[in-house]
Amino acid sequence: MDLNLTEDQETIRDVFAAFFDRETGPERARAAEPFGFDSDAWDRLKETGAPGMGVPEAAGGAGASLADLVVVATEAGARIAPLPLIDHQVTARLLATVGACDANVLSGATIAGLVVRPMDGEIARTVPTGSVANFLIALVDDRLVATNAPPGNHLPNHGCLPLAHRDFAGAAVLTEGAEAVAAHRRAVDEWRTLTAATLVGIAREALVLGVEYVKHRAQFGRPVGSFQAIQHLLADLPGLIDGAHLLTAKAAWAGDRSSVGILGILDVDANDVTDFAALAAMALVAAGEAATVATDRSLHVHGGYGFSEEYDIQLYYRRARGLSYLLDDPARECRRLFSILLNDPDGLHKSSQEAGQH
Amino acid sequence: MDFSLGERAESFRTEVRAFLGEHLTPTVIQQMHTTGTFNNKDFNSALAEAGLLAGAVPGYGNRDPIELYVLFNELEKAGAPYEGLAVTMLVAGVVHAVGTEFHHNEVLKPLLTGRYTCCLGYSEPDHGSDVAAITTRAIRDGKDWVIDGQKMWTTMAHEADWVILLTRTNPDVPKHKGLTMFLVPMDLPGIEIQPVATMATERTNATFYDGVRLGDQWRLGEVDGGWNVMGVALAFERGVMGGTNPAVPLLRHIRDWAANTPSPEGGPLLDDPLLRERMGRTAIANQVSQLLTLRAAWIAATGGLPGLEGSMAKLYATERYQQAVGWFQQMAGAEGLLSFGASHAAANGWIDYDGRHSPVMTIYGGTTEINRNNVAERHLGLPRAR
Ligand SMILES: Cc1cc2nc3c(=O)[nH]c(=O)nc-3n(C[C@H](O)[C@H](O)[C@H](O)COP(=O)(O)OP(=O)(O)OC[C@H]3O[C@@H](n4cnc5c(N)ncnc54)[C@H](O)[C@@H]3O)c2cc1C
Repeated sequence: MDLNLTEDQETIRDVFAAFFDRETGPERARAAEPFGFDSDAWDRLKETGAPGMGVPEAAGGAGASLADLVVVATEAGARIAPLPLIDHQVTARLLATVGACDANVLSGATIAGLVVRPMDGEIARTVPTGSVANFLIALVDDRLVATNAPPGNHLPNHGCLPLAHRDFAGAAVLTEGAEAVAAHRRAVDEWRTLTAATLVGIAREALVLGVEYVKHRAQFGRPVGSFQAIQHLLADLPGLIDGAHLLTAKAAWAGDRSSVGILGILDVDANDVTDFAALAAMALVAAGEAATVATDRSLHVHGGYGFSEEYDIQLYYRRARGLSYLLDDPARECRRLFSILLNDPDGLHKSSQEAGQH
Repeated sequence: MDFSLGERAESFRTEVRAFLGEHLTPTVIQQMHTTGTFNNKDFNSALAEAGLLAGAVPGYGNRDPIELYVLFNELEKAGAPYEGLAVTMLVAGVVHAVGTEFHHNEVLKPLLTGRYTCCLGYSEPDHGSDVAAITTRAIRDGKDWVIDGQKMWTTMAHEADWVILLTRTNPDVPKHKGLTMFLVPMDLPGIEIQPVATMATERTNATFYDGVRLGDQWRLGEVDGGWNVMGVALAFERGVMGGTNPAVPLLRHIRDWAANTPSPEGGPLLDDPLLRERMGRTAIANQVSQLLTLRAAWIAATGGLPGLEGSMAKLYATERYQQAVGWFQQMAGAEGLLSFGASHAAANGWIDYDGRHSPVMTIYGGTTEINRNNVAERHLGLPRAR
């Protein structure tokens, strides 16, 4: 048991915190609206090696673990970086497992993305990186396919994410069969975990913004942060956020173990869960809740200013929802989770995710 | 980060589970709910004989806080009577931390046999959350002290051999500075215990102290230094000694029940989508509660004082437990209202039980509001509201 970051991870955290402070942040996120992509920042990010850092060394990457990527994603989330970073990292790792990760993906010269939801025939709807990815991977039936068609038309959206529909007609098949299904499923679980990490970062910063605001905003002759009603709205958040953070880190730990063949446990009766798929689903739901609640409360304690375009909290508020609901309704994710916990994947109430995969 | 318990704690957990498999019989569980006493001396002494109890004292012996957490977490998850034991072991930890040789011989040693019990005498009828304002007096009389006053909610007093009693020794200084803690043998003349029934199965007590005379050797910590002793005790209480995973047995009971109960819409209730969603949410909350508690244990294991982290764990876990109980109670409908022993009671009466029990978990050991105040002021650095 060790709940500290490793020394390497502390370095990664510090380096990327400084990078995202310098190259991204609320001002840059605002400037990148509504498209949700800052190409200058992406160019700089390429210089850090981040796009290929999660690819195994044998495949030309830096061999970072999923736990390392959680550290980076959390810092990116805290600064709502308008970069398709986690999608790219997850897709690069997926490509490496099927021997298809080329130098342009490693360097980030090609932006890679993943279709995480079931296909609508040959159409992928509302793809997380649809308007920026020029190399996009999807699972169609049991075939892992890739398209290098140009990015799609941006769809204006709540979180100002780079969303677009994409057409996979005529896409090249990378691999097929059980291997393809398993590789895609694993990649989507990694996406869940890193999206959760991004949401934890969003939640953490939303709390900081709220606390700072109420310390300085005065009404009735005293800081509004001295009113207990305000304090209690905020006091629930550290446990909620830290809990989601621990769960996300645990999911990454389980994911790293499963990739070296250590199987996890699924014993809900004893609250003993170390299975990656279960923990990834749990982390996404918990982090989504932490981020939606934290941004809601933080915005609320800003009063009217929280609603104004000028204040940063509204940027966090919208991205919290955007990332939480992008994959699926959290309620359906909970049902899917419970099927995993009951070891009942063919249960009556399969999620659309699973339904689409079979 | 590494979320495995580690070999030592893992093998300790195996021992605890083996012990529970043998000693936690349905009779033991039933007895706690029929008597209202969540403490079983035979069970506790069997734990001691199995060599598992020394590890239950915070800071004592060769067990670290992770193992302490493991013990109480396993007891709680299994539905064992652990509350009395947790209080007793908490007092043992306080005695170990601040007690004299006399206390070690007279109190700590017997406590480690599992045959003796302690209770907490902090709260009074008029002073609960503001516990530093208590008025039970201890006045010096020669070499002795004489105690007069009343305590409320002295759970387990009717079974206890000692009460750890917070008294006022100096009313002329700010409230935190005039308190002194005593270990008081419960068989001294002048102590009276009256039962207080609750809406759930557990019983508690009011205790009265009328000219109770005891020697200075029973004082725990400095004269007027009682608040420091409270600090030690509270750090243990809000840390890792159970109380943050009550929804684990709940979920198990719900699952058994739903698998064997037909849904009005056809099929087993376990296939109901809303039920599955809520069970999934409860499973998530159980993991989060466990991780927040484990973090507190880990901070203690690495030399820190996890007071605030304990507050966060308690806040989160108890609110989620109450929420989950509310969901399942609604979904069980009329049969969910039926109590232990009633024919056709949903989940054999556990839904009714958890519905009765869950509100108190957000009250005792520091209410939700007091924990929020702690987090707001000491973690978020917001200005004092009071
Ligand atoms: C079953 C049971 C067992 C117990 N066992 C023990 C025991 O063994 N030993 C022991 O000493 N005590 C015990 N207690 C007492 C318990 O610790 C107190 O009930 C608790 O601390 C709250 O005190 P109170 O009941 O006086 O409520 P009050 O302090 O009167 O609180 C009433 C309400 O006001 C709120 N409130 C109070 N102060 C503030 C504030 N500053 N800001 C915002 N809200 C506030 C509270 O949160 C609560 O909602 C037990 C209680 C119960 C019910």
